[in-house]
Amino acid sequence: MKRHVWRPLFVVLGLVAIILSARMIYVPADFGSQERGYTFGFHRLSNEQEWQAFPAKFKDSAYCGGCHEDKTGSWEASAHAAIPCENCHGAAFGHPDKPEKLGIDRSRGLCLRCHAKLYMPSSGRHDLPGIDAERHNPGAECVACHNPHNPSLEEM
Amino acid sequence: MRRRDFLRTAAVFVSGASVSLSALEFLDPGKVLAAHPQLRWAFLVDTHKCVGCGFCVKACKIENDIPLDANVTRTWVERYVIKKNGETVMDCPKGALDGYTSKLLDQGKSGKVLVPDKEVAQAFFVPKLCNHCELPACVQVCPVGATYQTADGAVLVDRQWCIGCGYCIMGCPYGVRFFHPVERVADKCTFCYHRISKGGNTACAQACPFGARRIGNLRDPDDPVAKTVLNQRVGVLRDEYGTKPHVFYLGLNKEVR
Repeated sequence: MKRHVWRPLFVVLGLVAIILSARMIYVPADFGSQERGYTFGFHRLSNEQEWQAFPAKFKDSAYCGGCHEDKTGSWEASAHAAIPCENCHGAAFGHPDKPEKLGIDRSRGLCLRCHAKLYMPSSGRHDLPGIDAERHNPGAECVACHNPHNPSLEEM
Repeated sequence: MRRRDFLRTAAVFVSGASVSLSALEFLDPGKVLAAHPQLRWAFLVDTHKCVGCGFCVKACKIENDIPLDANVTRTWVERYVIKKNGETVMDCPKGALDGYTSKLLDQGKSGKVLVPDKEVAQAFFVPKLCNHCELPACVQVCPVGATYQTADGAVLVDRQWCIGCGYCIMGCPYGVRFFHPVERVADKCTFCYHRISKGGNTACAQACPFGARRIGNLRDPDDPVAKTVLNQRVGVLRDEYGTKPHVFYLGLNKEVR
């Protein structure tokens, strides 16, 4: 057969070789079917470690209590003990180093998340003490009168 | 052929044919163990306990670097109000990032509606998040192998590998996936993989003051979540899709979609 018939074949073979070698360089060695098989587990294995190394922002209330035991005492005995510190005081991030101070959310909206009276008969909301936000000192910050670490109305 | 021979041959043939081919297959212990690892994350939502405060949504967004103002979220809380006449009104303003502080139900373009207390038969909140399905439709449709399931059941997205085609966002029957406005890739709940794989709790479950959200290991018989899932009457969302979701709900109503 003439050479011009073979020539396109060599071109195709060359292209295949280029694509395969590029693929070898580009696709990481740990890419492939992992434990969950080809359909659900086809991925780059090291990405699992990357997700595990994702930086956490929230610590927990025990971490806060390590230094602020003067504050955690009254809170732990109160009806608000179920609420983690960071829900109002903000995520700890690298506190106390970075940031040195946390921004406390003292807003009325924060308290209303639970204490705006809604008619929710088949939910836990029904059992929480609530106010009509439009009538009960509208615009005022709740913490001006109520102590969030000890919300008991008798001890106000 | 004698009658005795015929009966003997027939008996041998029938007993041989009744053994299915799969019973003769040799089991690879590695494969069996991989199919039943010691860890399978599952989530339990108690809708009776949820009060719609939305602390979980806020904590999730901060923990996972999802912009607070962007109209996307990895988890959200829906409010359902079922009237005595059978009609269901539902809303979810901003995914409940700021909680539910008003009786007015946000119906989008058609404005806000108030359901008078005396018309309400049932009203409750339903937190939603990625179901980390056993047969995740979103993973199956990924053309590049960017989204996958780990051996312990978490469905994750490889941000380096995702090309942002959006197939998975379309493929998820639960609508839990979205396009991350900053990372420019598909994003979803990871069950806080960085926290739970170090023995911690998910950010949403930790922020919940009422224990409405809990994560646990389904393979551990002493795990409180596993015990509830196995012994209580739990429901899952959209069972009919056959994805085998692993977020289990206590107190799920048929009105919840």
